[in-house]
Amino acid sequence: MSTRLIYFAWVRERIGKPQEDVELPAGIETVADLLRWLKSRGEEYEHALQYPDVIRVAIDQEHVEHREKISGAREIALFPPMTGG
Amino acid sequence: MPGAVVPTVRIQAEDFDVAAEIAKITQGRADIGAVVTFSGLCRDEAGRLAALELEHYPGMAEAEIGRIAVEAVGRWPLQGLTAIHRHGRIAPGENIVLVVAASTHRQAAFEAANFLMDYLKSRAPFWKKEHLADGSQGSWVDAKEADDEAASRWKQAAPKRN
Repeated sequence: MSTRLIYFAWVRERIGKPQEDVELPAGIETVADLLRWLKSRGEEYEHALQYPDVIRVAIDQEHVEHREKISGAREIALFPPMTGG
Repeated sequence: MPGAVVPTVRIQAEDFDVAAEIAKITQGRADIGAVVTFSGLCRDEAGRLAALELEHYPGMAEAEIGRIAVEAVGRWPLQGLTAIHRHGRIAPGENIVLVVAASTHRQAAFEAANFLMDYLKSRAPFWKKEHLADGSQGSWVDAKEADDEAASRWKQAAPKRN
């Protein structure tokens, strides 16, 4: 089952695309695992996810912590801290 | 009657009319004693900025502000609550965000509007990018730690019911 990844703001700019569908390899169980795996996919990912602690994540449009399990997620969004208002 | 009100949440590119939004809440009723509105506007930073570009996460932006608004309705005795957030390119002097909170008494309205803004700033998926007055593209606005602190203070504060 493929998972849709969506990127916003400078995460989107650095990765160079707004979204993509990926097949997650076995062993990727949590948000932290996902960030670590993505970071290894190339220079642009390394640049975007250089400091994984600052990256905010939403699963199916709800904020989650990095320790959250991602099994069953249809849509995972990665973005910087929010600056609306 | 806490919980009885269904908040209005809108995410839109176009501007909003503050007076019209107040009227939508107050029209035809005589039980509202206090309406607090907060409008957030785009500043030019002493001439440095030509505009702000507001990127958002469609779907989640509505959902997240909706969740915050429902919590506000549960914590304060409100008779109306509206939150509108714009996206896209916004010039200095233009509106970005509006919160309208209506209650019998002012304290609940003030606090609910304040709570909604504090949470919205740190949890609603919007990001501001600067367009500079000299025509160049500026950088993404950094999140402020003070905004996270402003939101976290509501975790300690007991809800006020009068």
